[in-house]
Amino acid sequence: MSDFPALHLVPKADAPQTARDFKTDQEVRWCPGCGDYVILNAVQSFMPELGIRRENTVFISGIGCSSRFPYYMNTYGVHSIHGRAPAIATGLATSRRDLSVWVVTGDGDALSIGGNHLIHALRRNVNLKILLFNNRIYGLTKGQYSPTSELGKITKSTPMGSLDAPFNPVSLALGAEATFVARTIDSDRPHLTSVLRAAAQHQGTALVEIYQNCNIFNDGAFDVLKDAASAERALIRLTHGEPIAFGTRGVFRHPSTGELEVREVTDANRADLLVHDAHSPSPVTAFALSRLADNDTLHQTPVGIFRDVDRPVYDTLMADQLEAAVAQKGPGDLGALLTGSDTWTVA
Amino acid sequence: MTSEVDQVEAAGGDPGGADRAAERTSSDAPSRRDKPVRRVDRVIIRFAGDSGDGMQLTGDRFTSETAAFGNDLSTLPNFPAEIRAPQGTLPGVSSFQLHFADHDILTPGDAPNVLVAMNPAALKANLADLPRGAEIIVDTDEFTKRALAKVGYAADPLADGSLSGYHLHKVPLTTLTLEALKDSGLQRKDAGRAKNMFALGLLSWMYHRPTEGTEKFLRGKFAGKPAIAEANIKAFRAGWNFGETTEDFAVSYEVPPAKLPAGTYRNISGNLALSYGLIAAAQRSGLPLFLGSYPITPASDILHELSKHKNFGVRTFQAEDEIAGIGAALGAAFGGALGVTTTSGPGVALKSETIGLAVSLELPLLVVDIQRGGPSTGLPTKTEQADLLQAMFGRNGEAPVPIVAPATPAECFGAALEAARIAVTYRTPVMLLSDGYLANGSEPWRIPAVDELPLISPDFASEPNAEGGAFHPYRRDPRTLARPWAVPGTAGLEHRIGGIEKQDGTGNISYDPANHDLMVRTRQAKVDGIAVPRLEVDDPSGRARVLAIGWGSTYGPITAAVRRVRADGGEIAQAHLRNLNPFPANLSSVLRGYDKVIVPEMNLGQLALLLRAKYLVDAESYNQVRGLPFKAAQLADVLWAAIGTLDGETR
Repeated sequence: MSDFPALHLVPKADAPQTARDFKTDQEVRWCPGCGDYVILNAVQSFMPELGIRRENTVFISGIGCSSRFPYYMNTYGVHSIHGRAPAIATGLATSRRDLSVWVVTGDGDALSIGGNHLIHALRRNVNLKILLFNNRIYGLTKGQYSPTSELGKITKSTPMGSLDAPFNPVSLALGAEATFVARTIDSDRPHLTSVLRAAAQHQGTALVEIYQNCNIFNDGAFDVLKDAASAERALIRLTHGEPIAFGTRGVFRHPSTGELEVREVTDANRADLLVHDAHSPSPVTAFALSRLADNDTLHQTPVGIFRDVDRPVYDTLMADQLEAAVAQKGPGDLGALLTGSDTWTVA
Repeated sequence: MTSEVDQVEAAGGDPGGADRAAERTSSDAPSRRDKPVRRVDRVIIRFAGDSGDGMQLTGDRFTSETAAFGNDLSTLPNFPAEIRAPQGTLPGVSSFQLHFADHDILTPGDAPNVLVAMNPAALKANLADLPRGAEIIVDTDEFTKRALAKVGYAADPLADGSLSGYHLHKVPLTTLTLEALKDSGLQRKDAGRAKNMFALGLLSWMYHRPTEGTEKFLRGKFAGKPAIAEANIKAFRAGWNFGETTEDFAVSYEVPPAKLPAGTYRNISGNLALSYGLIAAAQRSGLPLFLGSYPITPASDILHELSKHKNFGVRTFQAEDEIAGIGAALGAAFGGALGVTTTSGPGVALKSETIGLAVSLELPLLVVDIQRGGPSTGLPTKTEQADLLQAMFGRNGEAPVPIVAPATPAECFGAALEAARIAVTYRTPVMLLSDGYLANGSEPWRIPAVDELPLISPDFASEPNAEGGAFHPYRRDPRTLARPWAVPGTAGLEHRIGGIEKQDGTGNISYDPANHDLMVRTRQAKVDGIAVPRLEVDDPSGRARVLAIGWGSTYGPITAAVRRVRADGGEIAQAHLRNLNPFPANLSSVLRGYDKVIVPEMNLGQLALLLRAKYLVDAESYNQVRGLPFKAAQLADVLWAAIGTLDGETR
């Protein structure tokens, strides 16, 4: 069993758990074939590994298809309002450090209406694990383009093509001072589980972007990364400490500009391959990796852990201040507070 | 102090100023004084200057001296939204009014007896409020041609006779301060900044204020800069000595301490009282206090104050926006904290959706709205009470929220406890409506004993409540209709709640029409059924035909007006609402007991609209939206007019 330092204040489970323990009696109401099902199964199967009490686990979501997720997890949960899950989770996580708090959100929820809360949760580094289901479309409102949809996308609200350039969620998170940023794919259960594990181990906010297929409104959006033949050219798996290579090609740093570039790997240049360092204090290379992907074709899309570094955790800092205040002033005395220093007495 | 009705404020309603206020013996004047001492029962002073002149600090210090002396008092700070508006201009004028007395008073006073004007702009902006015969103290050094021209004075008002109806004291405050500090080693500019302390010293002499507190305060405030501290103290003492020695100030005034109910008192502003009330509510409920807030005038002081008290286990979270402020508070409430968010009207607008979520989740949450002038940014530093209907109805769907409104600065303490009691007992968000006047105004407060404060029971759910060991998060207490509050960490009570309509009892998602109808009506019934105190009516003779009813900070002016009417032989009843949703159960019968109902409000008739709609009474509005409180004399005229219209009718 792995060690989860981020959960050291969370009470341990009395007995081993199974995926079944985390299933509720609610009928799952996503569309048949939705990528959300496989993510739900992967999460339910992974949770026992944490070894913590189920009642100390909380899932908080916003609004959107993915945000129904908490109803299907047999833990505490809140299905809140559009975009606000990181804010609500921040209040819970900072006031209850004995909980494992997870946020489930989507590309519209997290990056459009809730963009502000997402970036501020990331910069604060609250002990939250954010699962961002990115299907590059608005599903629950029936098919409008989202902030991650490719430019020119034809949808109900953009019959002549969308006009706005998309966000790259990994780039956005890195720019927002995130300490843990990863990307994975719904259909790759082992990879998804390994990323969930690393996120759970991380102390602070973890952002996990999960490419998730919407088979109704944006079917096949990630096929290029799933099909074995095309994945050869499209998918870059990042592993800490390993050279970054895929198919016959690899990632190199240009000696003079410092930019990253993809070239054929030869015996002559093999030693020059970029070695992935997820723990680098500087986010520069992680950001450069996030920019390798082509927004339209998804060619050269890295998956895995881009960045995983230590920085003081907001809820720990807040708790430390409370302790320091007690050490300096003693525990609060309400009578003394109300009386203050400037009083007079009327007989 | 507002506890006892006292006719003296009415008797002293003559705006003639200190000279003409009730004069008494001066035989017990301090022996060290060589000049005559006149005893008066109340005084209204207004300090006015540029927003950089330190008028708020000067007013605060005079207030502290006055509180320490034992007078009853009421204050009205009035300042521009700009931190430093253009110097010497009318929009840049900042003022602080203080009313103090030897008896129970209710308002900061209608008309100042004394105006301290630090520059021509301060004189021009405030002169219209002064009654003839009032004393005016001006800093003549600031009355330069350029400064006069800047505010449109064609001639020097100090010389052209236009102030002949007043008692004008021309004092070169800046020169005198510089002279007093010539050996201080300070630069001229820094020394000149102590002129507000010179003025404070002079006023402290005029009104026999104790001075030790101010000296101690200055030493503490400038602890890191002893030269500045000593310079300010020196200027303060120089001002006092100037009063004692100069011919211009022939008399000083004594306002004996007020006879307030027995107890230990302190002076307190509304925002401070509210902050303490929140801490007290946390202590008396055993819940940790969590404040999620975004800075906004005039609510920020609560965030500042609570941030100082982390040793009470208080968590303060300065959020990225108003929505995150309330979101975090609601998240903390889900985890078993006393969740609070503090804001003003524009912030409430942003928080509306989350308040609706809290209504649906049925979790305790306090939403504190320190109302200010609106709409939009409106008048950020001025007072208004135009958010009542927003508090009542400002959400999508049927989303009833209880409303509590304190009537005086000190009452903000109890209002916070009352709001917390309702929120925790009934598992509901509660709106607490204060306003800019209550927030920044201050008055003496009899400090309560901690064990006299009400206890609040969170009564967390700890056991399954349904068949087969299941937990149904919406199975209600039949008495209060409150649902169980089960917090994460409680084994066996894991549950999911959300903003989608829930099935009665189980809390599962439900789109069933009959269930939605039931849930909407149940949420309303829960709020309607909240136990709130009876509405007290003040009708001493029992023969009044007119009822004056208000809510919030209009209590002071309405009560002062009622006293005036009664002192002049009029009969008038008064009632003041502290609970606006639900209304007290006896409100209907109270309203029906009078031939005429007058509702003075600092809005365009929001309470009146509710009373008319709910009780079908012909409630009559009297409104003002000037960013300032009503004046007692103005309301007394309104009440007399109402009595007059009835006197013309036959019964």
